[in-house]
Amino acid sequence: MSSPSSDSSTPRGEAWVWFTGLGLIVGLGMVIGLLSLVILNGVSVFWAPHVPVAQIDDGRTVIGQLAQRRIRPGSLANAPQYERQYQVGLRELNGNSYLWVDEAKVKAETFPADILGLERVENGPAFVRPQSLRKSDGQVLAITDSAFEAAFQAEVAAASAVREKLVEITRHQIGDVNAEMEAARVALRRAEDLRLTQEIAALRLKITALEGRYAALLAESEKVVKGGAVASLTSRDSAGRDVVIPLTQVVRGWFPNRLDTWGRCQLFCSRVAEFIFDEPREANTEGGLMPAIFGTLVMTVFMSLMVTPFGVITAIYLREYAQQGAILRIVRISVNNLAGVPSIVFGVFGLGFFVYVLGGSIDQLFFGDQLKYNNNTPVFGTGGLLWCSLTLALMTLPVVIVATEEALAAVPRGMREASLAAGASKWQTIRDILLPASAPGILTGVILAMARGAGEVAPLMLVGVVKLAPTLPFDTVAPFLHMDRKFMHLGFHVYDLGFQSPDSDAARPMVFATTLLLIALVVALNIGAIWIRNRLRARFKGASF
Amino acid sequence: MPATMNPATSRIQVRPSAEREGRKDYISIRDYGFWYGQKKALDAISLDIPERQVVAFIGPSGCGKSTLLRNLNRMNDLVDGISHEGDITINGRSIYDPGLEVISLRRRVGMVFQKSNPFPKSIYENVVFALRVMGVRDRSILDEACETSLRKAALWDEVKDRLQDSALGLSGGQMQRLCIARAIANRPEILLMDEPCSALDPIATGKIEELIHELKEQFTIVIVTHSMQQAARVSDRTAFFYLGKQIEYDTTEKIFMNPSQAQTEAYISGRFG
Ligand SMILES: Nc1ncnc2c1ncn2[C@@H]1O[C@H](COP(=O)(O)OP(=O)(O)O)[C@@H](O)[C@H]1O
Ligand SMILES: [Mg+2]
Repeated sequence: MSSPSSDSSTPRGEAWVWFTGLGLIVGLGMVIGLLSLVILNGVSVFWAPHVPVAQIDDGRTVIGQLAQRRIRPGSLANAPQYERQYQVGLRELNGNSYLWVDEAKVKAETFPADILGLERVENGPAFVRPQSLRKSDGQVLAITDSAFEAAFQAEVAAASAVREKLVEITRHQIGDVNAEMEAARVALRRAEDLRLTQEIAALRLKITALEGRYAALLAESEKVVKGGAVASLTSRDSAGRDVVIPLTQVVRGWFPNRLDTWGRCQLFCSRVAEFIFDEPREANTEGGLMPAIFGTLVMTVFMSLMVTPFGVITAIYLREYAQQGAILRIVRISVNNLAGVPSIVFGVFGLGFFVYVLGGSIDQLFFGDQLKYNNNTPVFGTGGLLWCSLTLALMTLPVVIVATEEALAAVPRGMREASLAAGASKWQTIRDILLPASAPGILTGVILAMARGAGEVAPLMLVGVVKLAPTLPFDTVAPFLHMDRKFMHLGFHVYDLGFQSPDSDAARPMVFATTLLLIALVVALNIGAIWIRNRLRARFKGASF
Repeated sequence: MPATMNPATSRIQVRPSAEREGRKDYISIRDYGFWYGQKKALDAISLDIPERQVVAFIGPSGCGKSTLLRNLNRMNDLVDGISHEGDITINGRSIYDPGLEVISLRRRVGMVFQKSNPFPKSIYENVVFALRVMGVRDRSILDEACETSLRKAALWDEVKDRLQDSALGLSGGQMQRLCIARAIANRPEILLMDEPCSALDPIATGKIEELIHELKEQFTIVIVTHSMQQAARVSDRTAFFYLGKQIEYDTTEKIFMNPSQAQTEAYISGRFG
């Protein structure tokens, strides 16, 4: 029954197919472009390229890793001239780690095999030509010695072990003692105020004991520092100056022009591992992001744990119990609109309500002594993990409510009727039939909420995320999980590196690496949730809904 | 089935055994009218259903068969804006008695729906659902109830080796028999069936009809059907409805052989409907 007119309308339909396809292509292109940009830039941070020695027109010599190449500002568009940025390191001597050089003025570039790259604890990296190594046993090895490289790496490893031990003592153990001391001092002030003679005596004893432990730890750390002679490396920098670097300062050393591919891969892996598992150094521009990863993860998990029950219960009430009518419609519209409120508004609400009102009252009620005897230092009355999770839970609540309502509505009516006809009460029907059947839909909502929450930064800045947290929110001191503590967050870290870093050149690659990590974390969380959802779905497979 | 009755499940059985002897009227519907909002769906229905008999409701679509059936266990309470007049009593007690909880009514009146609706749970959990919501925890009681109901629903041999598998893996006919097993697991007195075979093939339909014959020994059954043949095969009495009114109610034999109303005759001979 095809008429000529319906035939001629077919090609017009085709045009729309192309048009909608175009939308998909643009969308896909943007996603792929974004991901490849972040991945390329993020991954290349950890890859060690060859390091040139460049001879410049004006007689200078530059040793450094190529960081960027760009069209020189002011050069003509039809005859572009480039300039290069070298990372030369040795900030203490050069004043700046990075150097822009006109490409036209670079006379020659060579890649000598003896260039050594060093990552250091302070003052950023260094690129030097080593001359001799003074080992910790006093023996001096010249660069020409065949045992030089092995000896150098062994000394670096030994020095790293010492440094790690030192960090363990000074940062973690002494930190714990300090925290306990702080608590004991507050308790003592209280006991003195209330004239609790017995307690005063006990606390004084405790403080003395803690002071003893502190002194012992300090002595131990000094011993570690002084124990054994320190190996050092004498090198020549690009200007021909002799530079002596103690190996305690060196995190990692490599010969960039000598490494084979396998060696480069090993170096890459070791840097990635440091990035993921270590703590940050040098104003967050070096070292690892473990605290931020951990903070993001814990915060997102808590947010999900809070938003899921709350959202599901609300949705059950709205869909199953509330009187359907005008008021409910208004409530529903309001809830949906809550999803469109800018996130910073939630941050302000979190600060004003959760932190000041709720946290303040908690402090008044439960931590009155703490406030009174510790210079009014708030416990929950300041930003922290709990308030961040709650604020984001509130922000993502509409997502979960809407998803749950839809999932409940999608449960076939027959199933609900069968349950009621079997003599189940309304609540039993909800609990045993409706909730299990809508679990996959609810989880889809939670996944969306998690994806949104994990990447959110603005509200967190107001309610408890910091640039550098001294301690993780989780440790070995009861109650183990410290919901009142401030914490680090990957999203905020990106912002902080990108806009607040004192050394923007050094921070730039880290911005990409951190972004990549944030994306990876969100993806991992989502995959986890999707995996759970699919397992749930498998149970309903073949359902003739 | 006193042989398989055990103390815990016998509590569920409300029916005194003495009463089961005489075939007295069990459900009686008196001058019953029913509205969905402003729309009157049932008008002046009066009929008595004796116990342990099968009564078929027939009539053209939209004549109110399902509505009446769903009122017997008050499933229509789920619909907004309903109202009724007259009364329905089961074993002498009004189903609208304020002292009677809807839940306990539904426990005494099982229901099988037109579209089979197993829960997305295991076969076992589907069957024992009604017992679970009554708070039965004892594994042996549940096991036994599961087996007896599945046997009565003629499904036991087909599923006994896969009780823990999802019920959604069964065929259409099996699913409907599972729904029957589920409806009789807590031993209701009455079984309501709303076109239970309309989505099934002839073989599955045959099985379910056989089943109805057997279940009649223990349950009072009310079945809505679109098939004259089915009504004639399975029921003892038949009620014919038209536009919300009860046109004729008599023994099945009489209705099909010698109906007293012209409309009934027209309908069963296929002249309208
Ligand atoms: N939930 C409902 N709300 C409003 N009207 C209904 C509802 N269910 C059924 N009806 C109406 O009641 C009348 C009887 O329907 P029903 O009992 O389902 O008929 P049958 O089962 O005999 O085909 C029909 O006119 C139908 O439109
Ligand atoms: Mg019907």
